[in-house]
Amino acid sequence: MAETALHLIPNNKNDFNKKLYDNDINLPPLAIDTLQVNVTLKCNQACLHCHVDASPKRTEQMSKKTIDKCLEILKENPEVKNLDITGGAPELNPHFDYFIIEAKKIGKHVMVRHNLTITINGDPTTGESKMYLPKFYAENNVEVISSLPYYQEYFTDKQRGKGVFEKSIESLRMLNEVGYGIHQDKLILDLVYNPVGAFLPASQASLENDFKKELWKNYQIKFNKLYTMTNMPIHRFKEQLERNGTYEDYMEKLINAFNPAAAEGVMCRSLLSVSYDGKIYDCDFNQMLDIQIFDGKPITIFDFDFKKLINREIIFDSHCFGCTAGSGSSCGGAISE
Amino acid sequence: MNYYESKDLGRFAEVGKFKPELMKKFFDYYGDATGTDGALSKREKALIALAISHFKQCPYCIDAFTTSSLEAGANPDQMTEAIHVAASMAAGMTLVHGVQLLNNLEKSGA
Repeated sequence: MAETALHLIPNNKNDFNKKLYDNDINLPPLAIDTLQVNVTLKCNQACLHCHVDASPKRTEQMSKKTIDKCLEILKENPEVKNLDITGGAPELNPHFDYFIIEAKKIGKHVMVRHNLTITINGDPTTGESKMYLPKFYAENNVEVISSLPYYQEYFTDKQRGKGVFEKSIESLRMLNEVGYGIHQDKLILDLVYNPVGAFLPASQASLENDFKKELWKNYQIKFNKLYTMTNMPIHRFKEQLERNGTYEDYMEKLINAFNPAAAEGVMCRSLLSVSYDGKIYDCDFNQMLDIQIFDGKPITIFDFDFKKLINREIIFDSHCFGCTAGSGSSCGGAISE
Repeated sequence: MNYYESKDLGRFAEVGKFKPELMKKFFDYYGDATGTDGALSKREKALIALAISHFKQCPYCIDAFTTSSLEAGANPDQMTEAIHVAASMAAGMTLVHGVQLLNNLEKSGA
């Protein structure tokens, strides 16, 4: 698999495959324990760093037919234990609630990449309220994973838009009120930090301490874990780097910080990423670059074959340096800290 | 071309082209002193270094320790407070020499 897409990989100093070869690293898939599904590119925000280019203007939505196929795959493949729903703001897909309720019925662990402000803002085009979300999440024991770039307003609003910090705090309070972030083993609320500019994240453990201390001291907010993620040099963030004339410097920083231990733990070795139109990718970033998994033809969930997919060759490209820099970066935060 | 080119910071190690053993000792010491968590955290060290960078007005160091401070989790409030410490120390160093002025004035009977 994948041979037809290898021409996409440039042969230059940003060549990730060469870096793996030079370091004698081979990265076949280890498992497919998570199906990460992007159900919409529509979002109530338009963040500076967003690799998805999500915004209120986007209209792409996963259909119910495609969601039902995802549910069928989850049901027929017990190895796939987790459903990770993302977007855009995934809550803006009209079949979002149905997807969660049905996935829970078949015993899957469900995670949602929840941007917090959607609860307060509602649907940016229809005005539909989303204030029910904290209670809905709690009733279905959904793991909530929410971006909060910093524990202060300045960095948060600079990256995610004016007023986002205040609304995020209000939303976090609502999640705490229904029991999120209080206990170690139920109603898990994790936060995600990513740098506001062209620099690598600080140590995950040290930032988690800061976030916990400051959010409790100033707002009496609790959460479970903090995940640090590196900004990917693609789409909107890449455009920002190019506008500032810092793209090359940022790539050099990522390449110089290549960490073999982080490479071993990259998330594409244990998940598959599905786009709103049902195409399958090695990860969310490959999805946004449309580097689709091939098996003679581009693969969609309607061609899902667990055995073939677990034996596929993962497609790497220069942006993969973002996942292997420093302590590494994945949907679950730092890899090798 | 400016006298200080920010890209030249990347050539710092080339100073070891001659007498490399001395440069290695420096880099080992520098890395241990500034780049590790010890009795002071990496963030505290980065903020101290940022303050000194401003006090000594080293453009390379300001570039490097702005990034180091951010990558150690510091925020603009903390970084700005650090350079105010440097600035107020500089002002204090000027003003405390006013005691010398007073001594001289007294000696001269003014």
